[in-house]
Amino acid sequence: MKTESGLFLFYGGLVYNHKSRSFRDKDLVVDAGIIKEIGKIKPESFRGKKVNLQGKHLFPGFVDLHVHLREPGREDKETIETGANAAMAGGFTEICCMPNTNPAIDHRGVVEFINNQAKSHLVAVHPIGAVTKERAGSELAEMGDMMEAGAVAFSDDGASVSTAEMMRFALEYSKMFHVPIIDHCEDLSLATDKKMNEGVVSTSLGIPAVPAVAEDLIVARDLMMAEFTGGHVHIAHISSGRAVELVRQAKTKGISVTAEACPHHFTLTDDAVKSFDTNLRVNPPIRTAADVAEIIAGLKDGTIDAIATDHAPQAIEEKDVEFGLAAPGMVGLETAVGLVTTFLIKKGYLTLPQMAARMSVTPRKIVNLPLPLFKAGEKANFTVIDTETNWTVDKFKFKSKSRNTPFHGWQLAGKSFGVFNRGKWYRNEEN
Amino acid sequence: MSSNRKHLLGLEGVSREDIQTILDSALSFKEILQRPIPKVPALRGVTVVNLFFEPSTRTRISFELAEKRLSADTVNFSSSTSSVKKGETLKDTARNIEAMKIDIVVIRHSYPGAPHFLANWLNASIINAGDGAHEHPTQGLLDLLTLYEKFGSFDGLKVLIVGDISHSRVARSNIFGLNTMGADVSICGPGTLLPYQAESLGVRVYSDLDEAIKNADVINVLRIQLERQGKGLLPSLREYRNLFGITRERLKKLDPGVVIMHPGPINRGVEIDSDVADSKQSVILHQVTNGVAVRMAVLYHVMGSERSEVPE
Repeated sequence: MKTESGLFLFYGGLVYNHKSRSFRDKDLVVDAGIIKEIGKIKPESFRGKKVNLQGKHLFPGFVDLHVHLREPGREDKETIETGANAAMAGGFTEICCMPNTNPAIDHRGVVEFINNQAKSHLVAVHPIGAVTKERAGSELAEMGDMMEAGAVAFSDDGASVSTAEMMRFALEYSKMFHVPIIDHCEDLSLATDKKMNEGVVSTSLGIPAVPAVAEDLIVARDLMMAEFTGGHVHIAHISSGRAVELVRQAKTKGISVTAEACPHHFTLTDDAVKSFDTNLRVNPPIRTAADVAEIIAGLKDGTIDAIATDHAPQAIEEKDVEFGLAAPGMVGLETAVGLVTTFLIKKGYLTLPQMAARMSVTPRKIVNLPLPLFKAGEKANFTVIDTETNWTVDKFKFKSKSRNTPFHGWQLAGKSFGVFNRGKWYRNEEN
Repeated sequence: MSSNRKHLLGLEGVSREDIQTILDSALSFKEILQRPIPKVPALRGVTVVNLFFEPSTRTRISFELAEKRLSADTVNFSSSTSSVKKGETLKDTARNIEAMKIDIVVIRHSYPGAPHFLANWLNASIINAGDGAHEHPTQGLLDLLTLYEKFGSFDGLKVLIVGDISHSRVARSNIFGLNTMGADVSICGPGTLLPYQAESLGVRVYSDLDEAIKNADVINVLRIQLERQGKGLLPSLREYRNLFGITRERLKKLDPGVVIMHPGPINRGVEIDSDVADSKQSVILHQVTNGVAVRMAVLYHVMGSERSEVPE
């Protein structure tokens, strides 16, 4: 995908100011990836590339805390390059990739392999290491070594950290490095072989279903272990309303917990499963309207810190099957901004400064990535969003290798206009 | 992919008029079945494939008979889901069928939605012969036909379904169909075998069988899958029989007009006592006879007939 570098003037846009948490009319001069000047700059007299950002918003580069890149192991579904391309088109400048690859990201070698594959891309890829060796849940992986190589957090995503004791060890150990344990919260005794949310829809469809309490139980366990150990637990893809409430209470008690929610969990309900569209088969499952309302409330009041996609590419043959046989997951990098703008911003639930918080500022804090400021002398790392554009999701235009989305054909508002990072500017071809 | 073909994927959402039309033509077909030569040329030249991905005896035979009585050409395909898992996908099986120019596919499958999946991929008419715990619409219709013959109307008819509601496609199709037709449906079973918020299906929910059967005009007894015991859902079949079995003692206490149904196959002495299954109140074998007539009506209607009268 074509990127440009050199001397740029980005003019006419509204630029995020972290101190005032607001957007201000500013122009930026960027040279070799460094912001040289910020203020009012006349484009007529500028000699360099000029990018008109009239009416667009400039955010500190968006970060996705939860992405599955499938490399190494399932390069037929996604590679580090195609995943980074999808992120770039979707408006992210940095992504964190989950360790459930084959081999798993459970030692330095795999971390270095990913760094090496991603090093020349505009999008920075930060590996999340496995908590346990081979994600098997029995022995801690070499977190320290992986941290040194660039891992930003640890998770056995795809499954919960196996036991309370292993969670204890993981939190006690990761605390030394000030990084979170990201947990996929699901009690396996309730969840094994279940294909959707348990509720009135599963009652009428007869599909084996997992109750929300399977998530709540592990969230409760993790919160207690975080309190007990003083470690930082980050709740991945929170989908149950009750779990949101548990996190809210834990935060008031001062427990070190953060949480993320995925766009599909605040835009879809289990009612949609009546279509038997296998793209709706995700883990955790899409739940009820009441859960959606709680997630939105959590995003609004800050109980939920981050919006992450859980981008999970799956092959056609893994989805073109009976609902109960379909592999779980959906791709999300290229629809996230549109879904957030349409369902949170346009509906008045979140403001644009709050969008900056949930998609850039707070996720960065969670995994200790520096916040790029719009200031002379700083590295340019930003996302330009056009909140006023209307577009139709066309999965055949995705940069991702996979097409497993239930949003194909949806009319959305808001899209990435372009991203700048590592000295490169990528302008979305669709604009 | 979309076509004007008619399907029968479930009874949820099927209108009262459409159900009545099928029941009316099933009655006509039933009359044909009494004739010396119980066969009509209604589906001559029509090819039906019976795709059974799950073991079945009576439903498969019933469909096959119905197809033959209508003069259709039939082919059978049976396979366990597990062997299909290892080999060809359902989509590929479907495309192969497409290539063979088949008009109607009757499918039995262990996953909910498998018939809907085929309906998206094929130009043929799809008839659901049971998809996991979701629906078994022809069983629902044959149960409706049996009650319609017995009572002449569904309005206010009190039907109690007893047993493993969670895992039962028969229960779901019966509930959807009976509610549409105006019956008053209740269910009764152990808490572990009732689905989440079962009332949302539009039924009254009982856990005490003796309480539940007091008002019933009809008791539809579901088969208890013997393997549920080992999965922790039931302490024992003995306790199940004590609490939820339709025993001869319970039958004695009931109005002699109460009708006993069972979709089969029966576990005698577990969910129903032998003498109850064989009693005068039992319509179990009528259900089986009606199965053929109802399936003839369904096959006839998916091939395009809007009329309830049937060809001579």
